[in-house]
Amino acid sequence: MAYSDKVIEHYENPRNVGTLDKDDASVGTGLVGAPACGDVMRLQIKVNDEGVIEDAKFKTFGCGSAIASSSLATEWIKGKTIDEAETIKNTAIVEELNLPPVKIHCSVLAEDAIKSAIADFRAKREAKKELAGADEEQPATPPAE
Amino acid sequence: MSLKFPIYMDNQATTPCDPRVVEAMLPYFTQHFGNAASRSHAYGWEAEEAVNEARGQVARLIGAKKPKEIVFTSGATESDNLALKGVAHFYKSRGNHIIVSAIEHKAVLDAAKKLEKEGFEVTYLPVNDMGLVELETLEKAMTDKTILVSIMLANNEIGTVQPIKEIGALCRERKIIFHTDAVQGIGKVPFNVEEMNVDLASLTAHKIYGPKGIGALYVRRSRPRVRLSAEMDGGGHEFGMRSGTLNVAGIVGFGKACEILADEGQDEAKRLRTLRDRLLDKITSRLDEVVINGSMEHRLPHNLNLSFSFVEGESMLMAIKDVAVSSGSACTSASLEPSYVLHAMGIGDDMAHSSLRFGVGRFNTEEEVDYVADLIVEKVNKLRELSPLWEMHQEGIDLSTIEWTAH
Repeated sequence: MAYSDKVIEHYENPRNVGTLDKDDASVGTGLVGAPACGDVMRLQIKVNDEGVIEDAKFKTFGCGSAIASSSLATEWIKGKTIDEAETIKNTAIVEELNLPPVKIHCSVLAEDAIKSAIADFRAKREAKKELAGADEEQPATPPAE
Repeated sequence: MSLKFPIYMDNQATTPCDPRVVEAMLPYFTQHFGNAASRSHAYGWEAEEAVNEARGQVARLIGAKKPKEIVFTSGATESDNLALKGVAHFYKSRGNHIIVSAIEHKAVLDAAKKLEKEGFEVTYLPVNDMGLVELETLEKAMTDKTILVSIMLANNEIGTVQPIKEIGALCRERKIIFHTDAVQGIGKVPFNVEEMNVDLASLTAHKIYGPKGIGALYVRRSRPRVRLSAEMDGGGHEFGMRSGTLNVAGIVGFGKACEILADEGQDEAKRLRTLRDRLLDKITSRLDEVVINGSMEHRLPHNLNLSFSFVEGESMLMAIKDVAVSSGSACTSASLEPSYVLHAMGIGDDMAHSSLRFGVGRFNTEEEVDYVADLIVEKVNKLRELSPLWEMHQEGIDLSTIEWTAH
């Protein structure tokens, strides 16, 4: 199968490979795909108080296009706010990497991974707020935010 | 000696022509170009003579009694089609049931499916987790309506060698015609149509260092005589079973390839086994979580099929682009389905996606095997560092307990 130069470049030099602490409140984790389908992506974001993605890491089990799509995704979302990152469409990934039709699902998975990581982060933030709200009733605790 | 890239280690897909084969063929393109069916001049006679010599060479390799039992075709796909459809159509008054194994080549499976559409009943015989047909299962599947059993000598993906002699005996006992697709096994494992009671056998040249586009179907002539209805109508060539002007140069090359195998096959099988085992050892001694697909005991000497857990096959192929091998991953197949052979053995889709097939051949060297093993170890390690599944596995998470989002 012929890969585009950009896919090969990302595959050979993947950006932002690694793991963030999934228990850290500022980290959102997205795990999408399935081993039986031949691709699993894990994309993680670390978000600061301003809602900006300070760091992003991925690991992917899948073909070269899946690895390249997730590598590109981490590159794109770093420095963006979560609201901006959420608007990234798979079609932009397809265009950037010149993915053939049979590999479009790799870009869809990358978009899902971004959304899933953001959703995880938001859920954590909500949980924290609720916790903080509950804490407010107790005078000893300093007010949240 | 310096290595030449990419290293070819996909000898079950096809093989390069042996230079001796090419040499034998060359005069039949330019000098002895006659039509083997021309009876009126020397050009025709020498072509016919060359064809008959090749018929003998092919017959000897498989232990056929008479050269006339070899019917030349365009390749094993045609041979498989002719065997299944030819028998089904000729013997349909005797019965309508056909048995094929679930891991047959697509040429057999799809021919069987077509016959199903015509009203035949087909049993797709399961194999066990070692990739082998169990005789008991076969025996149970046989009915008084069964006219044909088709089970391959050796599988093209996992290299497992079926108990052909026992299957042959079982079929003979019940007067059921026995066809075997012998493409992958001839000259590498014992195969003799007389000793094994084989009635029909598909063969091809390009898997045994001969040219592409030429194959044969062995059709038993006596005890019992097997009849076929021709699927290709025309001039009545090949004893009326396969019309079409003979590919004389191809046939000569096929004959020569068979002759070389008959002379050298046993020694070559030993050499290939040593190379294959060296490859296996050099990989498994340095990598964990590598699974061998299919029986190692009943297996072609030159085949290896491995699943590298937590690494996807296509990304492996990309990582080892200096090496020509193939994968059972869906991503590498036109159908986007993972290997049906591995599936039939009960291997999960996840492991099928992680499989690679290696086929060492006549022209591979020890140096090449060592290079490939080193490369595989390096790249699997690299890809595992990239794999979330490997990380989860290292953390002791059982991947089967996770609810994956299938897509």
